[in-house]
Amino acid sequence: MSFITGVGLTSYGKHEGSSSLDLMSQAAALALADAGLKRADIDGILCGYSTVSPHIMLATVFAEHFGIRPSYAHAVQVGGATGLAMTMLAHHLVDAGVARHVLVVGGENRLTGQSRDASILALAQVGHPDYEVPFGPTIPAYYGLVASRYMHEYGVTEQDLAEFAVLMRAHALTHPGAQFHDPITVADVMASKPVALPLKLLDCCPVSDGGAAFLVSRESTGEARVRIRGCAQAHTHQHVTAAPALSELGAEIAIAKAKAAAGVAISDVRYAAVYDSFTITLAMLLEDLGLAKRGEAAARVRSGYFGRDGEVPLNTHGGLLSYGHCGVGGAMAHLVETHLQMTGRAGNRQVKDATIALLHGDGGVLSSHVSMFLERAR
Amino acid sequence: MSQRPADWTQGDWTNEVKVIRYQACGACGKLQYFHRNFCAVCGATELAEKTASGEGTVYATSLVARAATPETRAHVPYNIVLVDIAEGFRMMAHGDRDLVIGDRVSARFVPFAGRVVPYFEKLR
Repeated sequence: MSFITGVGLTSYGKHEGSSSLDLMSQAAALALADAGLKRADIDGILCGYSTVSPHIMLATVFAEHFGIRPSYAHAVQVGGATGLAMTMLAHHLVDAGVARHVLVVGGENRLTGQSRDASILALAQVGHPDYEVPFGPTIPAYYGLVASRYMHEYGVTEQDLAEFAVLMRAHALTHPGAQFHDPITVADVMASKPVALPLKLLDCCPVSDGGAAFLVSRESTGEARVRIRGCAQAHTHQHVTAAPALSELGAEIAIAKAKAAAGVAISDVRYAAVYDSFTITLAMLLEDLGLAKRGEAAARVRSGYFGRDGEVPLNTHGGLLSYGHCGVGGAMAHLVETHLQMTGRAGNRQVKDATIALLHGDGGVLSSHVSMFLERAR
Repeated sequence: MSQRPADWTQGDWTNEVKVIRYQACGACGKLQYFHRNFCAVCGATELAEKTASGEGTVYATSLVARAATPETRAHVPYNIVLVDIAEGFRMMAHGDRDLVIGDRVSARFVPFAGRVVPYFEKLR
């Protein structure tokens, strides 16, 4: 048994002058306060990585900086899936009695700490050094390849993909911490600058500064009892050249195992937090997870299904596409927002029922997947 | 970090030999394009080095307009493609801008950002 006992999230966008450690510390302090815990209560730390300030021992660097002497600490690296992978590990650590309160933290000054070119270049290195990187690919290009194939096989159009960007922006408008606050339309997405076709600028998440943290504990520390009900991973490949067929990707494997672990069906899900580095990522994952039929996710967006008042509200903070993406912290914001929704603290974004939530993270080029179900316990 | 075997001497386009090579496992028969000194399916070390015809079918495309280095920016827009090679493996390459999924293509080699890389054009 494990509970998410506290969450912390900074605004995403520009934090001029803040280091990765500063942003991690801000988020960690917010999470501790939210859980009603002190530094001395924390006996486990899991952190991600910073492309701006790489370090071979980031967890202990952070622990010393923040003022914690944990009995368990290390970094985790699974690209965009890192946040949920750390949460899954924290769940197992507290469940096994290794630690009582694990602080999970990610943060990076990715926007102001380095040039956009440096960020794009650093991320493109997830490609194969000999057989992919020589072609000058970028992360949008890897996903552009996947998008072209998915559109070809399932009849998805660029206008369909644009709907996801519009939805995430509409959600971000109601969150003061989001990076973007100007509404956009499908026409705006279609007219935005080509990046790696079929993906255009507004199909892509931004580069951001920000930090996110939460506490995973053996027992709940307050009235809000959000329990990790079950989770699972799948890793089918690293490089897009070696990816299996679209019908055999890891999201489907991970969700099948997570459903079995949690004893939950997709029809039980009342809130969804799904990785959305690009519009195609979100479209594919929603369909892989079973939240929409093949090729029909965009139609569900148009019908309001994933809106705040819809059947399954999705990424009500605006997601990576519009809340922002600071690396490891990026998808951790999805979990923070889920927690706020599940505990009735989402203010003007509050959905009517978030008793059971599905979270899904993706790292690499649909390489690494983590699916997780959270439930509000009584 | 290169993942090729340290003693790999035969070479392919990744070290300036203008051919596309792949490996065939002598034990299980599986093919692999990313070179290693063992078969990634069964672990056997009896691998035959083979040279591909350079013909195949376009699996996916992405036209890159935003590049991240001065060397690659000089080439934008460039079309990155995944091609299913006739012998039975998939590879990344460059290709004509008007290629679409399903096109039958053939490889030549062109300069790109200080190297020579495979480039696919439509079979006529």
